Amino acid sequence: MKRFRRHGQESQRDRLKQELFAFNKTVEHGFPHQPSALGYSPSLKLLAIGTRSGAIKLYGAPGVEFMGLHDENAAVTQVHFMPHQRKKTTFHLFSLKQEAEHVEALQENPVDPDQVIIGYGRGLMVIWDLEKKLAIQHIPATQQLESVCWTEDGKYILSSHSDGSYCRWMVGGQDTNEEEKSDIPYGHFPCKAISKIVQLPTEEGPPFLLFSGGMPRASYGDRHCITVIHGKKHVALDFTSRIIDFFVIRDGPEHTEPSALVVLVEEELIVIDLQTEGWPIIQTPYLVPLHSSAITCSHHVSTIPLKLWERIFAAGKHQNAHYSKKPWPVTGGQNLAPDPPQRDLLLTGHEDGTVRFWDASGVCLYPMYKLSTAGVFHTDADPNDNMNQVTEGEWPPFRKVGCFDPYSDDPRLGIQKIHLCKYSGYLTVAGTAGQILMLELNDEAAEQTVEAKVVDLLQGQEGFRWKGHTQLDIQEDPVMFPAGFQPFAVVQCQPPAVVTALTLHSEWKLIAFGTSHGFGLYDYQQKNSVLIKCTLNPSDQLAMEGPLSRVKSIKKSLRQSFRRIRRSRVSLRKQHLQEANARLEAELAEMELAPVQRKIEARSSDDSFTGLVRTLYFADTFLSDSSHNTPSLWAGTNGGCVFAYMLRLPSVEHRADEPVTAQLSKEIQLMHRAPVVGIVVLDGHGAPLPEPLEVAHDLARAPDMQGSHHLLVVSEEQFKVFTLPKVSAKMKLKLTAVDGSRVRRVGMAWFGSSRTEDYGESGLLVLTNQGDVHVVSLPHVKMQVHYPCIRREDVSGIASCVFTKHGQGFYLISPSEFERFSLSTRCVVEPRCLVEAPLHSGCSNQHQSQPDGHALLNDESEYKGRRIS
Amino acid sequence: MNKNHRVPSSRSLNAVEVKSKFGAEFRRFSLERSKPGRFDEFYGLLQHVHRIPNVELLVGYADVHGDLLPINNDDNYHKAISTANPLLRLFLQRKEEADHGTFGTDSLTRKKNTVLSAVLLRPDHNKKKPPVIISLPKDFRPVSSIIDVDILPETHRRVRLYKHGQEKPLGFYIRDGSSVRVTPQGLEKVPGIFISRLVPGGLAESTGLLAVNDEVLEVNGIEVAGKSLDQVTDMMIANSHNLIITVKPANQRNNIVRSGVGGGGGAASGSSGRSSDSGASYYGYSSHSAAASIPPHIIQNFPVGELESDEDEEDLVIEAGGEAEPIRHVASNHSMSSLPRYEPHLNLRTATTSTFSINTNGTLPTSGSSSSLSNIKATTPSPDRAMERGSLEEDGTVITL
Repeated sequence: MKRFRRHGQESQRDRLKQELFAFNKTVEHGFPHQPSALGYSPSLKLLAIGTRSGAIKLYGAPGVEFMGLHDENAAVTQVHFMPHQRKKTTFHLFSLKQEAEHVEALQENPVDPDQVIIGYGRGLMVIWDLEKKLAIQHIPATQQLESVCWTEDGKYILSSHSDGSYCRWMVGGQDTNEEEKSDIPYGHFPCKAISKIVQLPTEEGPPFLLFSGGMPRASYGDRHCITVIHGKKHVALDFTSRIIDFFVIRDGPEHTEPSALVVLVEEELIVIDLQTEGWPIIQTPYLVPLHSSAITCSHHVSTIPLKLWERIFAAGKHQNAHYSKKPWPVTGGQNLAPDPPQRDLLLTGHEDGTVRFWDASGVCLYPMYKLSTAGVFHTDADPNDNMNQVTEGEWPPFRKVGCFDPYSDDPRLGIQKIHLCKYSGYLTVAGTAGQILMLELNDEAAEQTVEAKVVDLLQGQEGFRWKGHTQLDIQEDPVMFPAGFQPFAVVQCQPPAVVTALTLHSEWKLIAFGTSHGFGLYDYQQKNSVLIKCTLNPSDQLAMEGPLSRVKSIKKSLRQSFRRIRRSRVSLRKQHLQEANARLEAELAEMELAPVQRKIEARSSDDSFTGLVRTLYFADTFLSDSSHNTPSLWAGTNGGCVFAYMLRLPSVEHRADEPVTAQLSKEIQLMHRAPVVGIVVLDGHGAPLPEPLEVAHDLARAPDMQGSHHLLVVSEEQFKVFTLPKVSAKMKLKLTAVDGSRVRRVGMAWFGSSRTEDYGESGLLVLTNQGDVHVVSLPHVKMQVHYPCIRREDVSGIASCVFTKHGQGFYLISPSEFERFSLSTRCVVEPRCLVEAPLHSGCSNQHQSQPDGHALLNDESEYKGRRIS
Repeated sequence: MNKNHRVPSSRSLNAVEVKSKFGAEFRRFSLERSKPGRFDEFYGLLQHVHRIPNVELLVGYADVHGDLLPINNDDNYHKAISTANPLLRLFLQRKEEADHGTFGTDSLTRKKNTVLSAVLLRPDHNKKKPPVIISLPKDFRPVSSIIDVDILPETHRRVRLYKHGQEKPLGFYIRDGSSVRVTPQGLEKVPGIFISRLVPGGLAESTGLLAVNDEVLEVNGIEVAGKSLDQVTDMMIANSHNLIITVKPANQRNNIVRSGVGGGGGAASGSSGRSSDSGASYYGYSSHSAAASIPPHIIQNFPVGELESDEDEEDLVIEAGGEAEPIRHVASNHSMSSLPRYEPHLNLRTATTSTFSINTNGTLPTSGSSSSLSNIKATTPSPDRAMERGSLEEDGTVITL
């Protein structure tokens, strides 16, 4: 009887789990890794990007995106939209290929589809009539051919060549040996090849001539340029990475007027408005390179209040003044996704000391605002190093475009931790050199003197000498900060080690921060330090080695060489490759000598980095007696130790002048000594305590202070629930002992039922070092569901994972792309879109994306190159 | 409690000749092999024949291998009677003069004139003897044991390493490798995890139960098949306080030959120290019903169900006053929580009785000082911190106070 009932409860629970949890990878944000081909359909107004890993991604209007993946990991070399199902072109391509030596180029006559021009590698071009199956005209160019193209009217053929020249040939009935026009645009000295050339007429006025490459080999051979010539205007657009391909979007009544130049380079997609004076850049609503500087951390904030959202948006607007006002020109398809239910922000910290704010509410990860922290410090960065400046009189007339700039001026600026309070607008960011900045949102530009406070975390511990990098020099003079988040206080940890934990309590106006040496509590209202605790273990000498101590020199020299010379890229890469190969060989040799083995040893207090602070947490709870709740600060270390401090805050009217005090109340040593990665206090209902100010803003139910609170300590190996105020173990869930995986990321999330609007549960989102995601129930710490999410070899993907408060998550699938996933049945952000293809051949012409957001292409597209499936 | 009565061997003699030595005096008498009676009767008889009615005794006997083994309950008494061949040689010793550590292999042959001693002899005032403990001296600290011999294939060995509280490192390394399995499709090569190295002087080496190239099949009851080297490493480290590894020894010649009887040393008598361990652990596992009746002062070395719940692993909390104590489990629905639990690291829990036994891990200097410590804990609400710290440090628990 009992068994039956239990069984019934379990199946009921299983049903509930199905209503609450479901795993989906929904959308990829950012810029595809290693793009290899670009295509565009003027009729569908869709853009396609193929990658070296065999993925094809289609983009239309913001929100319209499709993705397809070849079965094998074969690079996509070309992407073509095939208008009107003209399959015969393909057929002839292959037949022609067989008969000729080395076909370099093949283009259809825009006026007469029966004519194609075939360009051979040595320079010979043949106009072939498909109908009559004979050659109409032979064009004997002398230079090695790179590309050919017809002019719009079909009267001329342009050819580009390996010596940096291009020629224009008249199409006529007779074979001619004379080019109509020939030019080496950046001539005199030897030039590099022009890899692609396009000429486009305009309704009135001169045509646009666009070509890539052709730079003088010796002085600018390393530049990645596209030259645009229109009448007297001549600009060499200087891109940040290798050019993959480009095309021009044309609009106007006849769809002939060139309006935008779309350039795919290795690291970003750039669209240039050709109709506005100065040819400004049109900001891309998607495909934004996340990695313009390497991402060092991320932080997600759900449900941003409208007010803050608008202020951040306005601050971002100021920064985007140089962008074109034109709307995004790729407009194909219809976005059918409903408006996102809430405003979510994803904040990414970068190696160059910037924090980027992304609108992560929907399918398009849209850049909202960029905060730079470098201005607070003296750095060796060149303040005049503006990417978009044009130098007068320079030849070629370069103009730098694009934002990809992975060479950080000073790795110490790197952002390591971010915490934003969405209610107060206070932001704290912490970096590689022990710097913690407090920032406040200001709608106006303002001059600020940033007050610095040095905090000695060693607290007189003897025998330690920091061997890492030095701290950053803080600007003492007032600094002008643009509208947006402006720093008003800096805490500098000594030793200046990487900040490993950071939290902010905007109601109490306190921040807590930790490094591998200890942690501190700082009162940002009074701008003074409340508490400093050294967590170093006497044997912890390793903690005194800075992470940059050995890497820095190589990196710095690399950076300098890239910055100053910026030419030896190719040779350097080669050298890198050689170095990497040599290293690999050495490693392999070592592996053969000694097989990979792992030491089995119980963890001891002598292990290194036991003092590293992994997590910090503020809670208003019952720390010393069960009748009075008090503010408290909790810290967890790598050595499995938890410290709890009772905080005394002065009353509101004396908050500015009476000191805040902290007193050690408890110290818990977990016997399994695994690193503590999360601390949460659960209220009387077993729900996690709300965020600061959440209740004050009526956005959360007040915590239950009647029932007894519980402390949840998440270590890398176990989840343990303790009673409060007397700490007694109540429940636990072991992970590592059972399946050998370790907790890498943990986050609190709320899961709503897909069946009923009013049911939901709090749960713990857990990512393990095996790449699996788990949901653990609260307060009973029972495993609910688990799914494989990230390959376990993908260490950087696992390290980059960030969870949202509504059961979604992001992780980097490449340096430039976030994969978005959801464990919630209710909160799923995925593309829902429709593309209507023009009617032809009577076949179905609607392509609606699958629920998972991925639709395979069929008759609109043809993959050439190594074509699979 | 069901006693494992040994049926007397087919020996024709029904009487067992007993030669009992106490100090310099000998007594000879005989017992009926088929009806040996109870241990307490036997104990009384010994006091009677030696005319030492009020002397607390430790009773030991020489077994067939010449090892000195204790007699302190019905089971080992019966065992002693049944194996006497034909003479049962007894060695009596005053309890207070007991010389520690004389039981065991070659103890008799090595020390001819040894005075009998034992450690686990039952205290006199406790008339009600523990029902299952046969011969595991409570002050002995288990280091390793072979367990579950009855349920495992003979080619496998399940080894338990007791890391708690001792300085010795576990001391072994594991590696990836491949092993050959017999499948319906024939022989198949599958990846496996192997012991690659034993650290000299480490726990793993000192047990003699693990060897290089032994294949690791399970860690604490969980199969390692399909898990990566790093996963298995993490599992082992996470279980390091009570590590149970099932191996397929590379050398299959030293396997335990199953005797069919769980008690005693069984066939692995070549090393009686180990075999008694394995026997005892076997008892620990099989005697679920008996566990509940163990008097609270006896620390059960092998709590029932320890495989599933490692209650011995207790976190330490230091309250603001500096008072350190292990975190006790809230009395929960866990059926075992009321049982006395093994206290590996700290013996500072508020003692329920003053006779609370402390020495299980053997790291405290003497039982006297630790019981006085627990007395302090029990009587004074604010204990002497300095003393606690001292004991904490001695315990090897690393707390920087």
